[in-house]
Amino acid sequence: MSKDIDLILKKYKPGRREELIPLLQEIQDTNGHLSVEAIVKVGLFAGLSTTKIYGVATFYDQFRFIPSGKVSLKICNGTSCFMSGSKALINGIREETGLEEGQTGRDGIFSYEITTCMGGCHHGPVVSVNGEYLTTVKPEQIPDLLKKLKFIIEND
Amino acid sequence: MDDLKKFLTDKVLLFESDTLLPETEKVLENIRREKTDKPVVYLSSGTSSIIAGSEKTWSVKTYLEENSKDTELVRVGCNAPLSYEPFMCVQLPGKNKLFFRNITEEKVEPLLNGIFHSDISGEDLVGQHGNRGFGIWQGIPFIDELPWFALQKRVVLANCGCYDPERIEEYIARGGYRAFIKAIRHYTWDEVCTIVEKSGLRGRSGGGYPTGLKWKQALNTATASRYLICNAKESDPGAFTDRTILESDPHRLVEGIAIAAYAIGATTAYVFLRKDSPYALRKLKNAVGSAKDYGLLGHNIFSSGYNLDIIVRVEPGAFVCGEETALLSTLEGRRGMPQLKPPYPATSGLFGKPTVINNVETLMNVPLIMQNGPEWFRSMGTENSPGTKVFSVGGKARLAGVIEVEMGTTLRALVGDIAGGIREGKELKAVQMGGASGFFITPENLGLQIDFDIIREKGLTMGSGGFIAVDDQTCIVELVRYYMEFIRNESCGKCIPCREGTGRMLEILDSVIRKPANEDSGTTLERFKGVMQLESIATVMKDTSLCGLGQAAPNPFLSALENFREEFEEHIFDRKCRANVCRGLRTFSIDVEKCTGCTACASKCPVNAIYGTRLQPFFIVEEKCTGCGICFDICKFSAIKVK
Repeated sequence: MSKDIDLILKKYKPGRREELIPLLQEIQDTNGHLSVEAIVKVGLFAGLSTTKIYGVATFYDQFRFIPSGKVSLKICNGTSCFMSGSKALINGIREETGLEEGQTGRDGIFSYEITTCMGGCHHGPVVSVNGEYLTTVKPEQIPDLLKKLKFIIEND
Repeated sequence: MDDLKKFLTDKVLLFESDTLLPETEKVLENIRREKTDKPVVYLSSGTSSIIAGSEKTWSVKTYLEENSKDTELVRVGCNAPLSYEPFMCVQLPGKNKLFFRNITEEKVEPLLNGIFHSDISGEDLVGQHGNRGFGIWQGIPFIDELPWFALQKRVVLANCGCYDPERIEEYIARGGYRAFIKAIRHYTWDEVCTIVEKSGLRGRSGGGYPTGLKWKQALNTATASRYLICNAKESDPGAFTDRTILESDPHRLVEGIAIAAYAIGATTAYVFLRKDSPYALRKLKNAVGSAKDYGLLGHNIFSSGYNLDIIVRVEPGAFVCGEETALLSTLEGRRGMPQLKPPYPATSGLFGKPTVINNVETLMNVPLIMQNGPEWFRSMGTENSPGTKVFSVGGKARLAGVIEVEMGTTLRALVGDIAGGIREGKELKAVQMGGASGFFITPENLGLQIDFDIIREKGLTMGSGGFIAVDDQTCIVELVRYYMEFIRNESCGKCIPCREGTGRMLEILDSVIRKPANEDSGTTLERFKGVMQLESIATVMKDTSLCGLGQAAPNPFLSALENFREEFEEHIFDRKCRANVCRGLRTFSIDVEKCTGCTACASKCPVNAIYGTRLQPFFIVEEKCTGCGICFDICKFSAIKVK
């Protein structure tokens, strides 16, 4: 893990503040999240205090500081999906997993985030499961769907 | 491949005359697939198509291999309504291109089997593409005559869905990059600005500021370096125009950026792309990479002495970054918070240097203006707003998707004729234009023409082109609450009116759609007072917020209150939601005839409001019911009714 971060840091030049966000994005793309270790290393590299880096990173939705679940759900809450009932869907997922947006359960299986329009406006509400899209998802399908996904992960 | 590159560079890009040699045209026709000797299958591959399942339709490839058909398979962008996705076009040699919709995996084999045996039928066939001198399929309608295609004026979107966006050769064969070469070889910076200024092109991001003027301001600021930024952030929660353009025709955007950067003398241009669009990112990076490969970007472009580098940056996820000054902060690696204007970015922007920020649609127009001249552009649209405007129509419209119309078209034509009205025979209640900071427009006012000045006179905004059709099954109050929640979550927290105002407005709206704790008249009065206060909070926010996000945040509420006041009043006084969506206001009853006494509802009720004996009809105690709707969702016999 720490080697990965070193490799990424090598691609950047220190002292260029404008490259801070692309750097953090690349670390997150590789590791899935920004660990404390990563932030400290970036701080040493860029000559910025860690609080400054946290200040920038926490401002944006993209960055997460805990690993995401093995099943990462994205629920579209664009206007069209909202009108087709994405709110009930989000509530269903919240109740079923007991998690808030951005959290990961103790078993590390589920995490979910809410996004704006994904572009499936006629097929809403759209849910993406690890990059695969499900269309016209109904709230009553959620318990079965989550059970199925959990079963697949646990028996993998 | 290198031969082709050399050919395209020498005979097309660097060819001095406007009309190419006939033998060159012949080669280009082949690249454009206008004359083919083998069948071509086009498959849509934008995000919208992938959501609808186009990756599985890719099994066409296996089919063609298994049946050893010598056929070309091309991935194209989107140009059809979203409900047609994934679509497929089949072009047989010498015949018109056929257009099929909703081609899912299982439909591939029967469809292609039919086509290769000249058996064209089936409900998935939409029609044939217009006449380009090819053989006509008898008895099959022309898709150019369908309202969706016939009533649109596709200028910005002209190439979308026609060519493979990952091949620059096809773009060059369609006349691409010649405008850029012309600009850097024959025009000075100032002249390019003047041409664009003459064309009357106005910024398509909502403000409608003249693009040429903005460029001149940046150009006339004395400095060592300037920057151009293409804002592809597309903040509106319901909009997808920029992404569709990027996925279908990224090369023209790169050319537009190159011309604009040349016009202001910038040597570095940034594209600020929204996150969650991996396909757009891939295609854009590919377009920039292949342009570099052709020498169209980089150092000393075609010996003109002009250098340009395009850097693609992905926005890290904050709505407010769509605002110019916040965008600059993000690019500089800070928290994306807006700053006071003036100074405007055109005089002091990125790293304190003059910076021009244009959105995707504006830049897409630039190569066409350079190629066809400002008069051509002025011939479209209205006097003060020439050209076209792209909208992403969504919500409950029958045909949702990206629609481009000439300026001056009425909103009624847009939603009624092109988008085909409302799905499933429901009534149109309103349209919401301009995204989270836009306005509701009632059906009576849809005669409004699309024109920057007319729209502004009415106190409205087009925003980035989000266009949501709202039907009578949608509760306006809840929709307003949705927009307010979105803005509340995205408020950056720098200025107090926006940070606090959005929170308070959301609280009040929440209390309107929630069931009150007790039923005495005092609470009703309190809630009524709340709504009155909403109006004054909204006015204060409008007047005192720092940036456009806060200033425009109350817009959906204010316009909804103006047009649908009775609906708010129903929610407050009668505690009724006429669309039956506000969960907190619903009350339920059990149909004695249908209830089997299975106890499913009673066991799930969180407040124990359902009583009864097993195998006998149950009943709901209304005083206890909170209207959560769990019983309604769980009942298998549809015995629970919403009152």
